[in-house]
Amino acid sequence: MSNSHFVRTQMLPAQKPPVGETGVIKWMRENLFSSWFNAILTFIGMWAVYSLVSSSAPWFLNGVWTASSVDECRAIIAASAGEGASGACWAMINERWHQFMFGFFDREEYWRPLLAFALLFVALSPVLYFNLRRPTMIMVGGAGAVLVLLLWAVGTDGWHLSLAAAVMAALAALAWFAPKHLLWVTLAFPATAFFLLWGGSVWAPIGVMAGFGIAVLVWRALNGFIGVAPAALIAALVAFIWWGLVQSFVTEAMSQALPYFSLPAEDSDRFGGFLLSFVIGVSAISASLPIGILLALGRRSDMFLIKTLSVGFIEFVRGVPLITMLFTASLLLQYFLPPQTNFDLILRVIILVSLFASAYIAEVIRGGLAALPRGQQEAADSLGLDYWQAQRLIIMPQALKVAIPGIVSSFIGLFKDTTLVALVGLADPLQGITKVVKADIAWKAAYWEPFIFVGAIFFIFCFSMSRYSMYLEQKLKTDHH
Amino acid sequence: MAMVSDAPKGNFRLSMLIYDTRYRSITIQVIVLGLFIAFVAWLLMNLQANLAAKDKDISYNFLFNRAGYDIDQQLIPYTNDSTHGRALFVGLFNTLAVSIAACFAATLIGVTAGVLRLSKNWIVGRLMTVYVEVFRNVPLLLWILLAFSIFAQVMPEPKDFKVTQEMVDQGLEPPVQKIFFDSIAITNRGTNVPAPVLDRPLGSFLVLDVPINLSVLAAIAVILGSFWVNSRIRASAKAIQEDTGFRPVTWWKSLLVLIVPITALLLALGFHWEIPAFAVGENGVSKGFNFVGGISLAHSFTALFLALSIYHGTYIAEAVRAGILAISRGQTEAAYALGMRPNRTMNLIILPQALRVIVPPLISQYLNITKNSTLGMAISYLDLKGTLGGITLNQTGRELECMLLMMLIYLFLSLTISVGMNIFNNSVKLKER
Repeated sequence: MSNSHFVRTQMLPAQKPPVGETGVIKWMRENLFSSWFNAILTFIGMWAVYSLVSSSAPWFLNGVWTASSVDECRAIIAASAGEGASGACWAMINERWHQFMFGFFDREEYWRPLLAFALLFVALSPVLYFNLRRPTMIMVGGAGAVLVLLLWAVGTDGWHLSLAAAVMAALAALAWFAPKHLLWVTLAFPATAFFLLWGGSVWAPIGVMAGFGIAVLVWRALNGFIGVAPAALIAALVAFIWWGLVQSFVTEAMSQALPYFSLPAEDSDRFGGFLLSFVIGVSAISASLPIGILLALGRRSDMFLIKTLSVGFIEFVRGVPLITMLFTASLLLQYFLPPQTNFDLILRVIILVSLFASAYIAEVIRGGLAALPRGQQEAADSLGLDYWQAQRLIIMPQALKVAIPGIVSSFIGLFKDTTLVALVGLADPLQGITKVVKADIAWKAAYWEPFIFVGAIFFIFCFSMSRYSMYLEQKLKTDHH
Repeated sequence: MAMVSDAPKGNFRLSMLIYDTRYRSITIQVIVLGLFIAFVAWLLMNLQANLAAKDKDISYNFLFNRAGYDIDQQLIPYTNDSTHGRALFVGLFNTLAVSIAACFAATLIGVTAGVLRLSKNWIVGRLMTVYVEVFRNVPLLLWILLAFSIFAQVMPEPKDFKVTQEMVDQGLEPPVQKIFFDSIAITNRGTNVPAPVLDRPLGSFLVLDVPINLSVLAAIAVILGSFWVNSRIRASAKAIQEDTGFRPVTWWKSLLVLIVPITALLLALGFHWEIPAFAVGENGVSKGFNFVGGISLAHSFTALFLALSIYHGTYIAEAVRAGILAISRGQTEAAYALGMRPNRTMNLIILPQALRVIVPPLISQYLNITKNSTLGMAISYLDLKGTLGGITLNQTGRELECMLLMMLIYLFLSLTISVGMNIFNNSVKLKER
């Protein structure tokens, strides 16, 4: 026998994987060309991307940022990119961005809406992070820093800039030393924002807020004797008496006695652009939350009458388009109010939009309530909590947590829908302001730039809000599937 | 040991109305009812005072007066001599037309985009994500105005489609051609699409002044009949399969039953498409200023339809995606373990289960499409909001009557849709015992 046997004594070194199984090629085989159908889809997709980019890129790249009219833009583009080239005329945005943002406010008054906007975040911080020093501090400080930058960018005078900076610094100090008490800022925010935006004497918003204060005092005094709901009823009555009969005399007297604190009054038709969108969106959503919670509770109530009224209201509002509500605000509301009452169109729109949003919020919160197991309510009952205590301490905190994504998406929807106020003659950023800007002969021929500018701003706000709510949903999730 | 029996049956005291939970709910309801009645009475008193101050009354008689305005898209015959009531119906039908068309298109777009967004194909998945996020985070009104501007500003004028004498002499083509097999012409005035025409129609009769087309009725009857016969064929095939374990081949029978009768009917009626074109003079030179023949769709309709279906398509895509993701992975794996191919897994295992999750949000999207069709007002689409809540309201000055009637009609539409779709939802939902 020949000894032709061979036995390997060493391990072979590992071979490299085949070319088709590594790196880019493997990724492409798996993700782009896994089957002939996928390959076709890939080619269609690539063709779509190519045609989108190749048709729009030159237009964006040729864009002109400084010019005084569309004709001048075209001349510059023709000079730089050759005859017949198309390009965007961003100069229009460069020249008129302030109208898209602030409507018809005077330049020296821009600090007012900007300060109100920053205060909105200060007011939100204790709601989002109650009594947590670090996050509230970061939020307040961040809002303050951004505010100073924005104020400087719009060219505010030094006195108002330092005033705003001082206010924000004081609030940041409050957030650091007593984060709990920021809640007072939240409670005072509606009146503060109203005063900053509409101006006039400071005593009118204070008078309105005093009504709420009186109501709370009355409620506190009566709560122990006659229960929550009756006390609330009487408190509401007292507040209405204050607003209806007493307040105007008191505020009149106060503004006679102390006429120092006032801002130049802004008429409602000076509101426009994103300022208007934010005013309507924020006030409608914050007004609709409490109403929506009450409606959702009413819909789940055992009491037949309360349930019927809630269901009737919710289903009616959800069954009609928002436009009909807006037209109700502009045409119909005057028929149902005492003769000669005539108040501001923006305020009427806010009231009707709040009612509209509250029906949707009610359904979102009802979904959150339905997601809770019945045992929670029964546990609260067995602990001897009464209805309102159970709702406040056990049910609502859990239900609202479940409802957060729905509430945020309602807000996104509402924010987008604020563009509809153009149809009742208000200057929304999309149609109203664009019309105003294009009434100028210099910008008449700019068709696409306003769409892209306004659309981009809406996209940034709505997209980041939806991402934030997804993040929040992940973070608040406490179950295990 | 003391036994706690029923609540003590003491004498009824007045304070029990507040402190005793058995009676408190009655007290609260009585108070709420009182407040509600007082509130409504206050509104009605204000209304009466306001009407008296403006010297107006509430009357719907204006619905029977001459309208005096034109509506360019009319599904039932209408002239400016018709009544406001008839204008209302023209508007209502326009609302329904654009809503139904947009519901179909949005479902198509949404299901495609939702399924493709889950595709393993990287580039297609990303493209669909971009589509969904871009379109749903920007207001619908912007898409409507943008679509309308594109149609009105970018599309060629009708004269660009014309063949002139010079072109004939030099053998040139006009600068723009009709698209889609030379049948559809999109101009800046409107979209001209082919019209279905019958050479030998069955005629029509009038019901309440609305012509009912017998040929259409006949076609619908034949199609429904075909579907019924087809369902019988499938049922019998299923019965045989249950009996013997073998399913007889039915696809050619189905095809025959579905296609032959309607084709025969259309041939008998002399069906053909009337393609929009310019009148042609001697040696092929076009005459006139615009297309003749076919149907001219106004841009307000096309733009509203496109914007509604693309915008709401994103919401439907998200609903479809969520529905498919809600089905646990084990279902797919089980189907693969049984040897099913991906397509059949999707059709037979995933989609039927996902449908239960998808249908409720789909219903609310259909409702939203119907309600959002009112935004056509921004581009002068004369739907219900445009006729009853727009021109009629402005002409007659009867805001109260017009707005109330319009709200009631929209409420009725919404309730009808949600009732109908809930019936459908109950039929696809999991049958639990």
